[in-house]
Amino acid sequence: MFSEEFEYFRPKSLDEAMVLMKKYGENARVLAGGMSLIPLLKSRVISIPNIVDMSRVPELSKIEERQGEIRIGSMVTDYEIENSKLLYEKISLIKEVSGWIGDPQVRNRGTMGGSLCHADPSGDWGACFLALRGRATVIGDKGERTIESDDFFEDSYTTAMKSGEVMTEIIFPIPEKRSGYSYKKMERKAGDFATVGVAVQISISEKGECTYAGIGMTAVAPTPIRSRKAEAFLMGKKVDENTVREAAKIAAGETEPMDDPLRGSAEFKRYICEVLVRRGLNEAMERSKGVK
Amino acid sequence: MMQEGSITRGTHRIKIHARINGKTVEEEVEPRMLLVHFIREKLGLTGTHIGCDTSNCGACTVIYNGKSVKSCTMLAVQADESEIETIESLEKDGHLNPVQEAFRENHGLQCGFCTPGMIMEIAWFLRENPHPNEDQIRWGISGNMCRCTGYQNIVESVKAASETMGGE
Repeated sequence: MFSEEFEYFRPKSLDEAMVLMKKYGENARVLAGGMSLIPLLKSRVISIPNIVDMSRVPELSKIEERQGEIRIGSMVTDYEIENSKLLYEKISLIKEVSGWIGDPQVRNRGTMGGSLCHADPSGDWGACFLALRGRATVIGDKGERTIESDDFFEDSYTTAMKSGEVMTEIIFPIPEKRSGYSYKKMERKAGDFATVGVAVQISISEKGECTYAGIGMTAVAPTPIRSRKAEAFLMGKKVDENTVREAAKIAAGETEPMDDPLRGSAEFKRYICEVLVRRGLNEAMERSKGVK
Repeated sequence: MMQEGSITRGTHRIKIHARINGKTVEEEVEPRMLLVHFIREKLGLTGTHIGCDTSNCGACTVIYNGKSVKSCTMLAVQADESEIETIESLEKDGHLNPVQEAFRENHGLQCGFCTPGMIMEIAWFLRENPHPNEDQIRWGISGNMCRCTGYQNIVESVKAASETMGGE
Protein backbone atom coordinates (compact mmCIF):
# COMPACT_ATOMS: atom_id res chain seq x y z
CA MET A 1 0.00 0.00 0.00
CA PHE A 2 1.26 3.45 -0.81
CA SER A 3 0.49 6.68 0.98
CA GLU A 4 -0.60 9.78 -0.83
CA GLU A 5 2.26 11.84 -2.22
CA PHE A 6 4.26 13.90 0.22
CA GLU A 7 7.41 15.95 0.18
CA TYR A 8 10.18 14.37 2.21
CA PHE A 9 12.74 16.38 4.17
CA ARG A 10 15.73 15.06 6.05
CA PRO A 11 17.33 17.82 8.15
CA LYS A 12 20.74 17.24 9.73
CA SER A 13 20.21 19.47 12.75
CA LEU A 14 17.43 20.68 14.99
CA ASP A 15 17.86 24.21 13.60
CA GLU A 16 17.24 22.96 10.07
CA ALA A 17 14.22 20.99 11.26
CA MET A 18 12.73 24.01 13.01
CA VAL A 19 12.98 26.11 9.83
CA LEU A 20 10.84 23.49 8.11
CA MET A 21 8.36 23.15 11.00
CA LYS A 22 7.90 26.92 11.07
CA LYS A 23 7.38 27.11 7.33
CA TYR A 24 4.92 24.20 7.03
CA GLY A 25 3.23 24.31 10.47
CA GLU A 26 0.21 22.05 10.56
CA ASN A 27 1.01 20.72 7.09
CA ALA A 28 4.15 19.08 8.42
CA ARG A 29 4.62 16.06 10.64
CA VAL A 30 7.73 14.74 12.29
CA LEU A 31 8.79 11.23 11.29
CA ALA A 32 10.44 9.65 14.35
CA GLY A 33 10.60 5.82 14.36
CA GLY A 34 7.61 5.72 12.03
CA MET A 35 5.96 2.79 13.80
CA SER A 36 2.62 4.63 13.96
CA LEU A 37 3.04 7.33 11.31
CA ILE A 38 3.98 5.05 8.41
CA PRO A 39 1.04 2.64 8.93
CA LEU A 40 -1.32 5.65 9.16
CA LEU A 41 0.08 7.16 5.94
CA LYS A 42 0.08 3.82 4.09
CA SER A 43 -3.48 2.98 5.00
CA ARG A 44 -4.42 6.56 4.06
CA VAL A 45 -6.07 7.16 7.42
CA ILE A 46 -4.13 10.42 7.27
CA SER A 47 -2.41 12.38 4.54
CA ILE A 48 0.44 14.77 5.38
CA PRO A 49 1.94 17.01 2.67
CA ASN A 50 5.35 17.42 4.34
CA ILE A 51 7.23 14.76 6.26
CA VAL A 52 10.27 15.82 8.30
CA ASP A 53 12.47 12.80 9.02
CA MET A 54 14.37 13.40 12.28
CA SER A 55 16.50 10.26 12.06
CA ARG A 56 19.69 12.18 11.20
CA VAL A 57 19.33 14.88 13.87
CA PRO A 58 22.04 13.79 16.33
CA GLU A 59 21.07 16.01 19.26
CA LEU A 60 17.84 14.04 19.83
CA SER A 61 19.44 10.64 20.43
CA LYS A 62 21.13 10.97 23.82
CA ILE A 63 20.39 9.50 27.24
CA GLU A 64 21.96 11.64 29.99
CA GLU A 65 21.92 11.98 33.75
CA ARG A 66 21.92 15.55 35.04
CA GLN A 67 21.08 16.89 38.53
CA GLY A 68 19.11 13.93 39.80
CA GLU A 69 17.21 13.51 36.57
CA ILE A 70 17.45 11.39 33.46
CA ARG A 71 16.98 13.05 30.08
CA ILE A 72 15.98 10.83 27.19
CA GLY A 73 16.23 12.35 23.72
CA SER A 74 12.99 12.10 21.78
CA MET A 75 14.64 9.97 19.05
CA VAL A 76 16.14 7.41 21.43
CA THR A 77 14.72 4.03 20.39
CA ASP A 78 12.96 1.50 22.59
CA TYR A 79 15.87 -0.85 21.85
CA GLU A 80 18.37 1.69 23.19
CA ILE A 81 16.23 2.23 26.28
CA GLU A 82 15.89 -1.52 26.87
CA ASN A 83 19.67 -1.91 26.67
CA SER A 84 20.69 1.20 28.62
CA LYS A 85 22.71 0.34 31.72
CA LEU A 86 22.15 3.86 33.07
CA LEU A 87 18.37 3.50 32.86
CA TYR A 88 18.44 0.02 34.34
CA GLU A 89 20.36 1.31 37.34
CA LYS A 90 18.57 4.61 37.82
CA ILE A 91 14.97 4.13 36.68
CA SER A 92 14.28 0.44 36.26
CA LEU A 93 10.59 1.03 35.48
CA ILE A 94 11.54 2.59 32.14
CA LYS A 95 13.58 -0.45 31.17
CA GLU A 96 10.80 -2.80 32.23
CA VAL A 97 8.18 -0.97 30.16
CA SER A 98 10.43 -0.88 27.09
CA GLY A 99 10.50 -4.66 26.87
CA TRP A 100 6.71 -4.83 26.61
CA ILE A 101 6.37 -2.58 23.59
CA GLY A 102 5.33 -4.11 20.28
CA ASP A 103 7.83 -6.72 19.15
CA PRO A 104 11.62 -6.74 18.66
CA GLN A 105 11.50 -5.17 15.19
CA VAL A 106 9.16 -2.43 16.42
CA ARG A 107 11.41 -1.73 19.43
CA ASN A 108 14.40 -1.45 17.09
CA ARG A 109 12.75 1.53 15.36
CA GLY A 110 10.13 2.91 17.75
CA THR A 111 10.93 5.87 20.01
CA MET A 112 9.57 7.09 23.34
CA GLY A 113 9.16 10.60 21.89
CA GLY A 114 7.22 9.38 18.88
CA SER A 115 4.98 7.20 21.01
CA LEU A 116 4.13 10.01 23.45
CA CYS A 117 3.45 12.49 20.63
CA HIS A 118 1.18 9.97 18.86
CA ALA A 119 -0.73 9.69 22.16
CA ASP A 120 -2.44 6.39 21.50
CA PRO A 121 -4.84 5.79 24.43
CA SER A 122 -3.32 2.34 24.88
CA GLY A 123 0.35 3.27 24.46
CA ASP A 124 2.74 1.80 27.03
CA TRP A 125 4.93 4.90 27.46
CA GLY A 126 2.01 7.09 28.55
CA ALA A 127 1.46 5.03 31.71
CA CYS A 128 5.18 5.15 32.54
CA PHE A 129 5.44 8.91 31.86
CA LEU A 130 2.55 9.56 34.29
CA ALA A 131 3.67 7.13 37.02
CA LEU A 132 7.12 8.77 37.15
CA ARG A 133 5.72 12.30 36.79
CA GLY A 134 8.05 13.09 33.94
CA ARG A 135 8.00 16.17 31.78
CA ALA A 136 8.70 16.87 28.14
CA THR A 137 10.69 19.65 26.53
CA VAL A 138 9.20 20.92 23.30
CA ILE A 139 10.57 23.54 20.96
CA GLY A 140 8.63 25.72 18.60
CA ASP A 141 8.52 29.03 16.84
CA LYS A 142 8.54 30.94 20.15
CA GLY A 143 11.31 28.93 21.76
CA GLU A 144 11.41 26.12 24.27
CA ARG A 145 8.82 25.15 26.87
CA THR A 146 8.17 22.34 29.31
CA ILE A 147 5.00 20.28 29.50
CA GLU A 148 4.36 18.30 32.69
CA SER A 149 3.13 14.74 32.19
CA ASP A 150 -0.12 15.67 33.97
CA ASP A 151 -0.87 18.29 31.31
CA PHE A 152 0.44 16.40 28.31
CA PHE A 153 -2.43 14.17 27.16
CA GLU A 154 -5.56 16.12 26.19
CA ASP A 155 -7.56 13.47 24.36
CA SER A 156 -7.03 10.32 22.30
CA TYR A 157 -4.24 11.06 19.81
CA THR A 158 -4.19 14.67 21.05
CA THR A 159 -1.49 16.29 23.17
CA ALA A 160 -0.81 19.75 24.55
CA MET A 161 1.79 20.31 21.82
CA LYS A 162 0.93 22.93 19.21
CA SER A 163 1.36 22.48 15.48
CA GLY A 164 4.92 23.22 14.46
CA GLU A 165 6.29 22.18 17.87
CA VAL A 166 8.80 19.36 18.17
CA MET A 167 9.50 17.29 21.28
CA THR A 168 13.22 17.22 22.02
CA GLU A 169 13.53 15.27 25.28
CA ILE A 170 11.63 13.57 28.05
CA ILE A 171 12.87 14.17 31.59
CA PHE A 172 12.35 11.85 34.56
CA PRO A 173 13.28 12.43 38.20
CA ILE A 174 15.39 9.54 39.54
CA PRO A 175 13.45 7.73 42.29
CA GLU A 176 14.81 7.57 45.83
CA LYS A 177 16.80 4.59 47.11
CA ARG A 178 14.04 2.68 48.87
CA SER A 179 11.70 2.46 45.94
CA GLY A 180 10.10 -0.19 43.81
CA TYR A 181 8.49 -0.39 40.41
CA SER A 182 6.38 -2.64 38.23
CA TYR A 183 4.76 -2.70 34.80
CA LYS A 184 1.86 -5.07 34.37
CA LYS A 185 0.37 -5.48 30.92
CA MET A 186 -2.35 -7.73 29.67
CA GLU A 187 -2.13 -8.29 25.93
CA ARG A 188 -4.38 -10.42 23.76
CA LYS A 189 -1.45 -11.79 21.79
CA ALA A 190 2.30 -11.14 21.58
CA GLY A 191 3.06 -7.65 20.36
CA ASP A 192 -0.50 -6.35 20.72
CA PHE A 193 -1.53 -3.03 22.20
CA ALA A 194 -2.39 -3.28 25.88
CA THR A 195 -5.83 -4.59 26.81
CA VAL A 196 -4.91 -2.86 30.07
CA GLY A 197 -1.49 -1.67 31.24
CA VAL A 198 -0.47 -0.42 34.69
CA ALA A 199 2.84 1.24 35.62
CA VAL A 200 3.65 1.56 39.33
CA GLN A 201 6.42 3.45 41.10
CA ILE A 202 6.52 3.71 44.91
CA SER A 203 9.00 4.89 47.54
CA ILE A 204 8.97 3.73 51.15
CA SER A 205 10.48 5.58 54.14
CA GLU A 206 12.66 3.88 56.78
CA LYS A 207 9.57 3.63 58.98
CA GLY A 208 7.81 1.73 56.19
CA GLU A 209 5.50 4.53 55.12
CA CYS A 210 4.76 5.31 51.51
CA THR A 211 6.45 8.60 50.51
CA TYR A 212 5.82 8.45 46.77
CA ALA A 213 3.09 6.68 44.85
CA GLY A 214 2.80 6.88 41.09
CA ILE A 215 0.20 4.79 39.26
CA GLY A 216 -0.16 5.28 35.51
CA MET A 217 -2.82 3.32 33.64
CA THR A 218 -3.23 2.79 29.92
CA ALA A 219 -6.11 1.60 27.70
CA VAL A 220 -8.70 2.38 30.40
CA ALA A 221 -9.68 5.94 29.38
CA PRO A 222 -9.52 8.23 26.33
CA THR A 223 -5.88 8.93 27.30
CA PRO A 224 -3.37 7.24 29.59
CA ILE A 225 -4.33 8.42 33.11
CA ARG A 226 -2.90 8.75 36.60
CA SER A 227 -4.76 7.18 39.47
CA ARG A 228 -4.71 10.29 41.67
CA LYS A 229 -7.10 8.98 44.35
CA ALA A 230 -5.27 5.68 44.82
CA GLU A 231 -1.94 7.53 44.95
CA ALA A 232 -3.30 9.93 47.61
CA PHE A 233 -4.75 7.02 49.56
CA LEU A 234 -1.35 5.28 49.70
CA MET A 235 0.69 8.32 50.78
CA GLY A 236 1.91 8.06 54.38
CA LYS A 237 0.46 4.56 54.85
CA LYS A 238 2.15 1.24 55.42
CA VAL A 239 1.81 -0.62 52.13
CA ASP A 240 0.46 -4.03 53.13
CA GLU A 241 -2.02 -6.51 51.71
CA ASN A 242 -5.06 -4.52 52.86
CA THR A 243 -3.93 -1.09 51.68
CA VAL A 244 -2.91 -2.59 48.33
CA ARG A 245 -6.30 -4.24 47.89
CA GLU A 246 -8.09 -1.01 48.76
CA ALA A 247 -5.85 1.12 46.52
CA ALA A 248 -6.48 -1.23 43.57
CA LYS A 249 -10.26 -0.88 44.08
CA ILE A 250 -9.93 2.91 44.16
CA ALA A 251 -7.77 2.94 41.02
CA ALA A 252 -10.23 0.79 39.07
CA GLY A 253 -12.96 3.22 40.10
CA GLU A 254 -11.07 6.06 38.44
CA THR A 255 -11.05 4.40 35.01
CA GLU A 256 -13.43 5.04 32.13
CA PRO A 257 -12.74 2.13 29.78
CA MET A 258 -14.60 1.60 26.53
CA ASP A 259 -16.39 -1.52 25.34
CA ASP A 260 -14.30 -2.93 22.58
CA PRO A 261 -15.18 -6.01 20.50
CA LEU A 262 -11.51 -6.98 20.16
CA ARG A 263 -10.12 -6.56 23.66
CA GLY A 264 -13.13 -6.85 25.94
CA SER A 265 -15.95 -5.01 27.64
CA ALA A 266 -15.56 -1.97 29.87
CA GLU A 267 -16.49 -4.11 32.87
CA PHE A 268 -13.82 -6.67 32.02
CA LYS A 269 -11.13 -4.00 31.58
CA ARG A 270 -12.03 -2.32 34.87
CA TYR A 271 -11.77 -5.68 36.63
CA ILE A 272 -8.41 -6.45 34.96
CA CYS A 273 -7.19 -2.99 35.91
CA GLU A 274 -7.91 -3.67 39.58
CA VAL A 275 -6.03 -6.98 39.38
CA LEU A 276 -3.04 -5.39 37.64
CA VAL A 277 -2.82 -2.47 40.08
CA ARG A 278 -2.88 -4.96 42.95
CA ARG A 279 -0.17 -7.14 41.40
CA GLY A 280 1.86 -4.10 40.38
CA LEU A 281 1.80 -2.61 43.88
CA ASN A 282 2.70 -5.95 45.46
CA GLU A 283 5.63 -6.40 43.10
CA ALA A 284 6.80 -2.80 43.54
CA MET A 285 6.61 -3.28 47.33
CA GLU A 286 8.74 -6.45 47.11
CA ARG A 287 11.27 -4.71 44.90
CA SER A 288 11.48 -1.71 47.25
CA LYS A 289 13.07 -4.09 49.75
CA GLY A 290 16.16 -4.18 47.57
CA VAL A 291 15.38 -6.80 44.97
CA LYS A 292 15.85 -5.52 41.40
CA MET B 1 18.96 31.69 9.98
CA MET B 2 19.45 28.27 8.46
CA GLN B 3 19.06 27.93 4.71
CA GLU B 4 16.62 25.35 3.47
CA GLY B 5 18.72 24.73 0.38
CA SER B 6 21.08 22.19 1.95
CA ILE B 7 18.37 19.86 3.30
CA THR B 8 17.76 16.53 1.56
CA ARG B 9 14.26 16.81 0.14
CA GLY B 10 11.98 15.73 -2.66
CA THR B 11 8.45 14.85 -3.80
CA HIS B 12 8.84 12.87 -7.01
CA ARG B 13 12.33 11.46 -7.06
CA ILE B 14 15.13 11.34 -4.52
CA LYS B 15 18.45 9.74 -5.32
CA ILE B 16 19.63 7.31 -2.65
CA HIS B 17 22.92 5.48 -2.13
CA ALA B 18 22.89 2.37 0.02
CA ARG B 19 24.86 -0.78 0.63
CA ILE B 20 22.66 -3.81 0.12
CA ASN B 21 24.20 -7.19 0.95
CA GLY B 22 27.64 -5.63 0.66
CA LYS B 23 27.02 -4.07 -2.77
CA THR B 24 26.66 -0.35 -3.34
CA VAL B 25 23.45 0.64 -5.09
CA GLU B 26 22.31 3.99 -6.38
CA GLU B 27 18.67 4.45 -7.32
CA GLU B 28 16.02 7.10 -7.62
CA VAL B 29 12.92 6.52 -5.49
CA GLU B 30 9.66 8.26 -4.79
CA PRO B 31 9.51 9.30 -1.09
CA ARG B 32 6.35 7.28 -0.50
CA MET B 33 7.91 4.08 -1.80
CA LEU B 34 8.29 1.54 1.01
CA LEU B 35 11.61 -0.11 1.71
CA VAL B 36 10.18 -3.56 0.94
CA HIS B 37 9.08 -2.46 -2.53
CA PHE B 38 12.49 -0.96 -3.16
CA ILE B 39 14.15 -4.25 -2.20
CA ARG B 40 11.80 -6.44 -4.22
CA GLU B 41 10.98 -4.34 -7.24
CA LYS B 42 13.92 -2.00 -7.76
CA LEU B 43 16.63 -4.43 -6.70
CA GLY B 44 14.85 -7.66 -7.67
CA LEU B 45 15.62 -9.28 -4.32
CA THR B 46 12.34 -11.17 -3.98
CA GLY B 47 13.45 -13.31 -1.05
CA THR B 48 12.04 -10.61 1.24
CA HIS B 49 8.29 -11.21 1.37
CA ILE B 50 5.27 -8.97 1.88
CA GLY B 51 2.83 -10.70 4.17
CA CYS B 52 0.33 -8.56 6.04
CA ASP B 53 1.68 -5.16 4.89
CA THR B 54 0.60 -3.78 8.29
CA SER B 55 3.77 -4.40 10.39
CA ASN B 56 2.29 -7.39 12.18
CA CYS B 57 3.60 -10.53 10.48
CA GLY B 58 7.34 -9.92 10.10
CA ALA B 59 7.68 -11.66 6.68
CA CYS B 60 9.39 -8.51 5.36
CA THR B 61 12.07 -8.44 8.10
CA VAL B 62 15.53 -7.29 6.96
CA ILE B 63 18.54 -6.02 8.90
CA TYR B 64 18.96 -2.25 8.63
CA ASN B 65 22.14 -0.72 10.05
CA GLY B 66 22.57 -3.77 12.25
CA LYS B 67 18.99 -3.90 13.60
CA SER B 68 16.11 -6.07 12.43
CA VAL B 69 13.24 -4.03 11.01
CA LYS B 70 9.98 -4.58 9.19
CA SER B 71 10.69 -3.22 5.72
CA CYS B 72 6.98 -2.64 5.00
CA THR B 73 7.05 0.02 7.74
CA MET B 74 10.01 2.03 6.53
CA LEU B 75 10.44 4.30 3.56
CA ALA B 76 12.89 3.49 0.80
CA VAL B 77 14.44 6.96 1.18
CA GLN B 78 15.42 6.02 4.72
CA ALA B 79 17.82 3.48 3.19
CA ASP B 80 19.98 6.38 1.98
CA GLU B 81 23.50 6.13 3.40
CA SER B 82 22.57 2.89 5.15
CA GLU B 83 23.57 -0.74 5.19
CA ILE B 84 20.89 -3.38 4.55
CA GLU B 85 21.10 -7.16 4.77
CA THR B 86 18.42 -9.37 3.23
CA ILE B 87 17.93 -13.15 3.18
CA GLU B 88 20.02 -13.30 -0.02
CA SER B 89 23.11 -12.28 1.96
CA LEU B 90 23.19 -15.38 4.16
CA GLU B 91 24.28 -18.16 1.80
CA LYS B 92 28.01 -18.01 1.07
CA ASP B 93 29.64 -19.93 -1.83
CA GLY B 94 26.88 -22.50 -1.97
CA HIS B 95 26.85 -23.05 1.80
CA LEU B 96 23.78 -22.24 3.83
CA ASN B 97 24.12 -20.01 6.88
CA PRO B 98 23.85 -21.98 10.18
CA VAL B 99 20.32 -20.64 10.77
CA GLN B 100 19.20 -21.75 7.30
CA GLU B 101 20.87 -25.11 7.81
CA ALA B 102 19.16 -25.55 11.19
CA PHE B 103 15.76 -24.81 9.61
CA ARG B 104 16.40 -27.47 6.98
CA GLU B 105 17.58 -30.06 9.50
CA ASN B 106 14.78 -29.41 12.02
CA HIS B 107 11.84 -29.00 9.63
CA GLY B 108 11.58 -25.36 10.71
CA LEU B 109 9.36 -24.50 7.77
CA GLN B 110 6.39 -25.90 5.91
CA CYS B 111 5.01 -23.52 3.29
CA GLY B 112 8.06 -21.27 3.65
CA PHE B 113 6.33 -17.92 3.28
CA CYS B 114 7.35 -16.57 6.70
CA THR B 115 10.80 -18.18 6.53
CA PRO B 116 12.94 -15.35 5.07
CA GLY B 117 11.62 -12.86 7.65
CA MET B 118 11.84 -15.43 10.43
CA ILE B 119 15.44 -16.28 9.53
CA MET B 120 16.52 -12.64 9.28
CA GLU B 121 15.00 -11.91 12.68
CA ILE B 122 16.73 -14.95 14.17
CA ALA B 123 20.05 -14.07 12.50
CA TRP B 124 19.87 -10.67 14.21
CA PHE B 125 18.58 -12.10 17.50
CA LEU B 126 21.48 -14.59 17.75
CA ARG B 127 24.02 -11.80 17.20
CA GLU B 128 22.50 -10.00 20.19
CA ASN B 129 21.92 -13.07 22.27
CA PRO B 130 24.12 -16.01 21.21
CA HIS B 131 22.94 -18.45 23.92
CA PRO B 132 19.20 -17.91 24.40
CA ASN B 133 16.91 -20.09 26.48
CA GLU B 134 13.52 -21.16 25.15
CA ASP B 135 11.61 -18.22 26.66
CA GLN B 136 14.05 -15.77 25.13
CA ILE B 137 13.73 -17.49 21.75
CA ARG B 138 9.93 -17.30 21.83
CA TRP B 139 10.07 -13.65 22.90
CA GLY B 140 12.68 -13.03 20.20
CA ILE B 141 10.41 -14.25 17.39
CA SER B 142 7.26 -12.62 18.78
CA GLY B 143 7.23 -10.19 15.85
CA ASN B 144 7.09 -12.97 13.25
CA MET B 145 4.03 -15.04 12.47
CA CYS B 146 4.03 -18.56 11.13
CA ARG B 147 0.68 -20.16 10.24
CA CYS B 148 2.02 -23.67 9.57
CA THR B 149 4.48 -24.94 12.13
CA GLY B 150 2.98 -23.92 15.45
CA TYR B 151 6.48 -22.50 16.08
CA GLN B 152 7.75 -25.65 17.78
CA ASN B 153 10.21 -26.64 15.06
CA ILE B 154 11.24 -23.04 14.57
CA VAL B 155 12.22 -22.86 18.24
CA GLU B 156 14.10 -26.16 17.82
CA SER B 157 15.88 -24.70 14.80
CA VAL B 158 16.99 -21.63 16.75
CA LYS B 159 18.35 -23.83 19.55
CA ALA B 160 20.24 -25.95 17.02
CA ALA B 161 21.60 -22.88 15.24
CA SER B 162 22.77 -21.32 18.48
CA GLU B 163 24.62 -24.53 19.33
CA THR B 164 26.31 -24.73 15.93
CA MET B 165 27.24 -21.07 15.97
CA GLY B 166 28.43 -21.23 19.59
CA GLY B 167 30.99 -23.83 18.50
CA GLU B 168 32.51 -21.53 15.91
